[in-house]
Amino acid sequence: MFRNQYDTDVTTWSPAGRLHQVEYAMEAVKQGSAAIGLRSKTHVVLATVNKASSELSSYQKKLFKIDNHIGIAMAGLTADGRVLSRYMRSECVTHNFVYESPLPVGRLVVQVADKAQVCTQRSWKRPYGVGLLVAGLDETGPHLYQNCPSGNYFEFHAFAIGSRSQAAKTYLERKFESFMDCSKVELVRHALHAVKESLQEEELSSANCGVAIVGIGEPFVILDSKSLQAYIDSLEEGKNDQAAKLEVEEEGNAAVIERQDISGGAGVGVGAEGEGPTDMET
Amino acid sequence: MSMVFAPRMAEAAPSSHAGASWSPYDNNGGTCVAIAGADYCVIAADTRMSTGFSILTRDYSKIHQITEKCVLASSGFQADVRSLQKNLDARHQIYQHQHNKQMSCPAMAQLLSNTLYYKRFFPYYAFNVLGGLDNEGKGCVYTYDAVGSYERSGYSSQGSGQTLIMPVLDNQLKSASPLVLPPRESSTPLTENEAVDLIKDTFASAAERDIYTGDGVEIVIINKDGIRRETMPLKRD
Repeated sequence: MFRNQYDTDVTTWSPAGRLHQVEYAMEAVKQGSAAIGLRSKTHVVLATVNKASSELSSYQKKLFKIDNHIGIAMAGLTADGRVLSRYMRSECVTHNFVYESPLPVGRLVVQVADKAQVCTQRSWKRPYGVGLLVAGLDETGPHLYQNCPSGNYFEFHAFAIGSRSQAAKTYLERKFESFMDCSKVELVRHALHAVKESLQEEELSSANCGVAIVGIGEPFVILDSKSLQAYIDSLEEGKNDQAAKLEVEEEGNAAVIERQDISGGAGVGVGAEGEGPTDMET
Repeated sequence: MSMVFAPRMAEAAPSSHAGASWSPYDNNGGTCVAIAGADYCVIAADTRMSTGFSILTRDYSKIHQITEKCVLASSGFQADVRSLQKNLDARHQIYQHQHNKQMSCPAMAQLLSNTLYYKRFFPYYAFNVLGGLDNEGKGCVYTYDAVGSYERSGYSSQGSGQTLIMPVLDNQLKSASPLVLPPRESSTPLTENEAVDLIKDTFASAAERDIYTGDGVEIVIINKDGIRRETMPLKRD
């Protein structure tokens, strides 16, 4: 994209009717490493490509738990993503306090979109430089949404954002019609296949990807490296008994401590504030 | 700790004496007890909710689980109690997002104290007993007044039957009395089942004499294996 005369301010329209600053913000999302989401009738799976800026550093956290029933994957400026996830968590806690029920995913997504839109219409602000894939469950079932820096939001059966996401999207477009009836294990495998497409030359391992799942009767959980490695191994062997073993192992290897249900409310969140290398983008 | 605020109870019938006015508080009665053991904690409360001389319901839980290992029992004005429980739940959710783990019982004890004192000039009319396992897995009991003054001890009771039950616990629990100085927090040497039986006996006795205590007692036992509940009916008169 070459520089334009009308791109200095987010509040300046170009003669072609575009806001270039907003488009540049969406460009930042495309530069981040890939995030993929897909859903079935019962589950939503998020997967991310984890890129470490150097061998010495740890990779940026891109998967965040927002509430027991909602989680996000982000691509782009993860600092902006952390701020948004803090906002989303706070909205969920407030809604739970006032209504004693979980915040429907669609409503949260609209609130985030409206927040993003404000930054496209103030001269002293800049748009958020992060795209979110929001996976959640509410009374109407499992949902997957995308939030853009532009303030738009879309619902998807499956989607991918970030760099080399087109490869993942091609895989998803081929397979998405079968997703609705997939079991959880099959859905995670599809997600890992899609991540593999984005990784291209690199070998898939629990070190360079992350997976999170939310489903009916299952709170949002980010898989720990042991469970994740088990899924990756099962991809290569493609055996059914591996899949059965995974189902059993998973009950034991919950990555996140879960609260008892007596009083309801959110379980443990993942994603400490202030972790990760100094790179802005992932 | 002494109660620093003494709100008036709402009248059941229209009052005839001059100077009576509306009170934001009501006392729904009831009694809460907690006992700490070496590796368990027992928290119990009766299930009667009353107002004035009437019973509102015989089956109301005054016990609320806030974290995996920490349970709050509160007598007093149940609307304030519910609000306090929701407040603590929300704060706990935020803590979990920020720290990636559940709050320990001592941490929750401090949070409860701060939350109560925050409303020092319009208090939560709640008399709380917090029970659970501390970071080392030992039983702990924290007892509060309405504005947040608190102390860790081996056992405690709060509510309308408090004065009937406390002396019995002092006598039967064979642990250091919280009144002895220097303060020593010590848990009872009794076993878990002995402690539960003692609780049942004390509630049955309190229900005889205290009109606001009765109908049933809900007992929650926390140990390293998790949390379990028991209920026992009490006299309904």
